[in-house]
Amino acid sequence: MRLVLAEDNALLRAGLTQVLESAGFVVAVAVDNAVELDQALKDPSLEGAVLDVRMPPTFTDEGLRAAIAVRADRPGFPVLVLSQYVEQLYARELLASGEGSVGYLLKDRVADVRDFLDAVRRVLAGGTVLDAEVVAAIMARSQDEPLERLTPREREVLGRMAEGRSNTSIATALHVTEKAVAKHINNIFTKLDLPVDMEANRRVRAVLTWLRA
Amino acid sequence: MTAYALAQVLWLVPLLVIFVLIVVGGVLVVVWVGLVLLVAAIPALRWFADQQRSIASRVLGVEIPRPYRPLPAGGPLVRLRAVASDPMTWRDLLWLLWAVSFGWVLSLLVIVLLVTVVTGFIWWYGVGPILWIRSVVDRALLSYGTTEALEQRVQVLTRTRADAVDHSAAELRRLERDLHDGTQARLVSLSMSLGMAETLFETDPEAAARMVGEARSTTTAAIGELRSVVRGIHPPVLADRGLDGGVRALALDMAVPVEVSGSIPGRPPAPVESAVYFAIAECLANAAKHAEPQHAWIVLEHRDGLLRAVVGDDGRGGADPRQGTGMRGVMRRLAAFDGTMSVSSPADGPTIVTLEVPCDLSSPKTTPFSEPG
Repeated sequence: MRLVLAEDNALLRAGLTQVLESAGFVVAVAVDNAVELDQALKDPSLEGAVLDVRMPPTFTDEGLRAAIAVRADRPGFPVLVLSQYVEQLYARELLASGEGSVGYLLKDRVADVRDFLDAVRRVLAGGTVLDAEVVAAIMARSQDEPLERLTPREREVLGRMAEGRSNTSIATALHVTEKAVAKHINNIFTKLDLPVDMEANRRVRAVLTWLRA
Repeated sequence: MTAYALAQVLWLVPLLVIFVLIVVGGVLVVVWVGLVLLVAAIPALRWFADQQRSIASRVLGVEIPRPYRPLPAGGPLVRLRAVASDPMTWRDLLWLLWAVSFGWVLSLLVIVLLVTVVTGFIWWYGVGPILWIRSVVDRALLSYGTTEALEQRVQVLTRTRADAVDHSAAELRRLERDLHDGTQARLVSLSMSLGMAETLFETDPEAAARMVGEARSTTTAAIGELRSVVRGIHPPVLADRGLDGGVRALALDMAVPVEVSGSIPGRPPAPVESAVYFAIAECLANAAKHAEPQHAWIVLEHRDGLLRAVVGDDGRGGADPRQGTGMRGVMRRLAAFDGTMSVSSPADGPTIVTLEVPCDLSSPKTTPFSEPG
């Protein structure tokens, strides 16, 4: 898998490159500013991007803007956005196009290398990975239709799905069997009126519905 | 217009009475009768002066503020002394002289021109300019002189500067506490864990690995705390997206639905932006804490050099901004920029807080992305 990496801090850039390459990904281009990133993203042979939100020249949200722009050109282009802080607003903007293959994580999550690589793989495979902090913020909000129909347990499962966790991982976290998790997920799909489709697509759609409510 | 002139003509009688009362009262002030006369005459004079201010402000199309100093609490003597030391009282008297002499003649002229039918066309064209002249003189007499205006400005600035200094000192103390109790303490414990791991590597590698694991979770906690400290100083989303985006992000993080409408076509100066952002955050936090609303809303706009933010909620109401230290802090912080906060909160709601700060906007805003959904 050929990836582009954009991160302005040299230490972090080297660290991320090392982590990604150790897992068998190819960091084809590593840049430290938004201008070079825009150039690099034009390369059609790239299969995904890992981007820092805040970069030169303006040190605001150019990584996020680049992610949205490239996905407008290439719908579903896998992007994992890393940031020093996370905002629901930015998560919504990233997912506004309605496609999966998006990750939005706090930078410190990289410290847990296994989880981080797992997140990268999920994004490349078309899933959504939202940071636990974003998920917690959305959970705290009072929920309207159609999410009102979900039981608290189902909402919890949906939150974990948004974090990009597998059924096994959700089962372990909630101390239930994998079968129970699968049942909850099926209930969620039915209650949210998601059309019958591939399981992965339905997961992404469920998360989108949840984020938008 | 002519109606104003007619009113001014008819005022001659009461104004003359007031004039006589004040002169006689002033002379007799050594005897108690004089005091009674003044206590009756001065409020009457102020009432007429206020009427004249509103006429002049309508004729000239500019606002004329009511410039009297606030009266102190206390008996009539205390109040009378305060009134006598208010330069505006003496300007009012000067105006009184003008209003019963040349000013009165000008107003009378308007009526005469109208009543004497042959001069009707002069009246048609003359009423505007004549009343304009009268109003200009009225305004000059009934407003602050330059010196008084400056004196008052100095008072306001002295007070708001002291408040601003207090506020930033308090903020620095809070930051110092946050960093000292939070981040610094975590780093100390991190350093201890790593030190212990270092000594244990040889003898007990398993325990050492546990220590390193602990060190990592401490690091995560320290980063989290540092992040919240940074948010408290200047939220990154505010820096990225300005007030519009910052407030929208704030609204999303509230537990109740908050609708944001309006927009700011540029960026206000950074200190104003930050003060207004934190003011809105405080209002929303108060609403969530005390009012139990179902729904809240924020309207942002910038018009005629005035940045306005309205924060409303459909909760319980009955909010008193003087009760909460948070709201008083907001008022003081806005006052440093000549900004104001007004609260309307009847029992049973809704509560509507209006924040206004005069400021110019710079550079067109960075284009936000369209709202999803």
